[in-house]
Amino acid sequence: MVSGSREKFDNPVVEWVDSRLPVFTILQKEYGVFPTPKNFNYLWNFGAIAMIMLMVMILTGIILAMHYTADTKLAFDSVDRITRDVNGGWLLRNIHMNGASFFFIAVYIHIFRGMYYGSYKRPRELLWILGVVIFLLMMATAFIGYVLPWGQMSLWGATVITNLFSAIPFIGDSIVTLLWGGFAVDNPTLTRFFALHYLLPFVILAVVFLHVWALHVTGSNNPLGIDVKGPQDTLPFNPYYTYKDLFGVIVFFIIYSVFIFYMPDALGHPDNYIPANPLVTPPHIVPEWYFLPFYAILRAVTFNINIYMLVGLVLLAVFMVEFIWRHKPRYLGKGSGGVLLLVGGGLTLFGLICDANQGWEIPLTAAKEAPISAKLGGVLAMFGSIALLFILPWLDNHPIRSARFRPLFRVFVILFTLSVVILGYAGSQPADKVYWSTCFGEAQACKQLADGHSEIPHGDKPTKEPTVLKFDNTMLAQIFTGFYFFFFLIILPLLSRFEKGRDLPISIHQAVMDKHKKAGV
Amino acid sequence: MSLKSLILVAVAFVVISFSSVALASSTEIKPPSQNWSFSGPFGYYDKAAMQRGYKIYRESCSSCHSMKRMYFRNLDALGYSESQIKNIASEYIVRDGPNDEGEMFDRPALPSDRFISPFPNSKAAAFANGGAVPPDLSLITKARANGPDYVFGILTGYEDPPHGAEVVEGKSWNKYFPGHNISMAAPLSDGQISYEDGSAETLEQYAHDVVQFLTYVADPHMEVRKKTGLKVILFLLIFAGIMYVVKKKIWKDVH
Repeated sequence: MVSGSREKFDNPVVEWVDSRLPVFTILQKEYGVFPTPKNFNYLWNFGAIAMIMLMVMILTGIILAMHYTADTKLAFDSVDRITRDVNGGWLLRNIHMNGASFFFIAVYIHIFRGMYYGSYKRPRELLWILGVVIFLLMMATAFIGYVLPWGQMSLWGATVITNLFSAIPFIGDSIVTLLWGGFAVDNPTLTRFFALHYLLPFVILAVVFLHVWALHVTGSNNPLGIDVKGPQDTLPFNPYYTYKDLFGVIVFFIIYSVFIFYMPDALGHPDNYIPANPLVTPPHIVPEWYFLPFYAILRAVTFNINIYMLVGLVLLAVFMVEFIWRHKPRYLGKGSGGVLLLVGGGLTLFGLICDANQGWEIPLTAAKEAPISAKLGGVLAMFGSIALLFILPWLDNHPIRSARFRPLFRVFVILFTLSVVILGYAGSQPADKVYWSTCFGEAQACKQLADGHSEIPHGDKPTKEPTVLKFDNTMLAQIFTGFYFFFFLIILPLLSRFEKGRDLPISIHQAVMDKHKKAGV
Repeated sequence: MSLKSLILVAVAFVVISFSSVALASSTEIKPPSQNWSFSGPFGYYDKAAMQRGYKIYRESCSSCHSMKRMYFRNLDALGYSESQIKNIASEYIVRDGPNDEGEMFDRPALPSDRFISPFPNSKAAAFANGGAVPPDLSLITKARANGPDYVFGILTGYEDPPHGAEVVEGKSWNKYFPGHNISMAAPLSDGQISYEDGSAETLEQYAHDVVQFLTYVADPHMEVRKKTGLKVILFLLIFAGIMYVVKKKIWKDVH
């Protein structure tokens, strides 16, 4: 990797190694003198923190694997034995199971940082995409890792999530059989999940290597989002950022330790301390907290997408591509936009209403005939919500990177982050939970409905059925799922075209100097 | 809109949504939270209460509930000496073998044996208990939300069903059990078990003591965990302070 001239090291052993394999030269170049923008804030610590968390997970995971038994009859007992009888086992397990959560916390903040400061933009598109690949691999690893203790949530979470793949047309059932290694989540599932749970972290490590490599080609973004203009804008990575990162890691570890030592089970589910039982379904199956936003998106699609809706959505997509994404429509005349929008929107709405009212028996709207069932729709929405991250660099191609100089983008990216948090909350609650409801009609009938009678007894049937308006958890999830997609598909492209943005500073150095002048330093 | 005001709006929204959740779920009766010696960062297990709790487990719970992850040797954490543990274990009979002649045989239990389960398997347990398997109690306080409060609530939550409510045949009404119809008949009542140390022989005291014992069984390393945590966090706080100063010093010429 390093060819040509190489500076000699004073230490003879180092020099001997380096002249044969220039690892020290590479380290010196990539982590020693590596020029790094001097204006990072603490959000830039989370890449290093995520890296450390990966190491923590791999190290504790390898030791846990020495004591774990991947067999449905023994897995739960072996995990319990680790916490009870293995020396330091309780500590190892607490570090590992809370480590998954804290790895995700670090990565979610890292992703937010990337979005807020436009780190995904040219020339860092591939760097960002590699990051999304890491995120996907982490999700897979965490999901199968949660299956290994073989508690109730392990089994039923695995059953629900693997079942999703059966919604894929034609090959879905085969995929599910392949995942299960049989006809239900059982011993073959557990053994292959264990093998994969040991493998995937090393795949993550490999992609992290590529991610860091790509970072060292383009260099880091920074809170101003402007390019490095010269040496006065940067600092050598060591000692400036090695020590700043170390400080950040320790602060992160303090919070992590509070969970490890004082509330090790707070982020888990009590049902996972009940051994898996295929005959008893837990009342609420919920995934780990870091999947909740995506789980909410999955459950938000409660309607079948019938042929009317599908055509309507395709027309809306054409409108979106031609009139929102492109500066000038390429294939269509200017006037056709309104027609597309009206017809597409109308058909979608019509399809939706028809699906909700199956009793009307309008042709081609029967739930069975829908080309995309609600289940498949949910799966598509969930995977789509992650797939959007891959194309984010092209959805938002505004020339200014940092939200600091894009007031509108800043508002929307914060609203987006909030909506993900709210989706996470929606994912944790039962789908039919009612937040607000009001009843129009006779007071007596309303009271009966409120008392939990789904049907009003025949004796005192009111002259008019009461109308109930309610806002439940599914609607909450639908609204914010809608915003999630609207943000990526509509808001970002529109902002890229129309947002003016503020004047950018001349250079990083200049901005740092101005800030100090203002602060009176 | 500035970043700060946005964050304020966000916080307000989250607070409102969570408080509305708390209101909405108040129809479900939550077991009241008790004062436990083991809660909090300096929590510890009360050995006398654990010994009394173990007595209750032995004389009442263990006739239906197994505790198969617990070894007799673990009783040392309750304050029993080695010879006391040997004595306690020897009161039980375990099936061992095969011996050199290939025969299974019965012998008194040793400290290295697990607690003896009341039923040979879950089918037998279900058959003897009207179809319901009494859950193993090794992890019970971890396997329920707010486990210690929940178990205390169940043990003290038996009451006459409210007016109009029906109790399923063969079940009992319990205020805190999900669905209220619990297969276990009220297992403890005032004066049922005699204490030698003069503690009150009331249902409340029994429930309190047995929860101390059950929480220890589910989480045997709690004390050492919290003590280690204190050291680790103190160390990290000092380390963080030093690192902050070092970082400041290194960055002095930049800022």
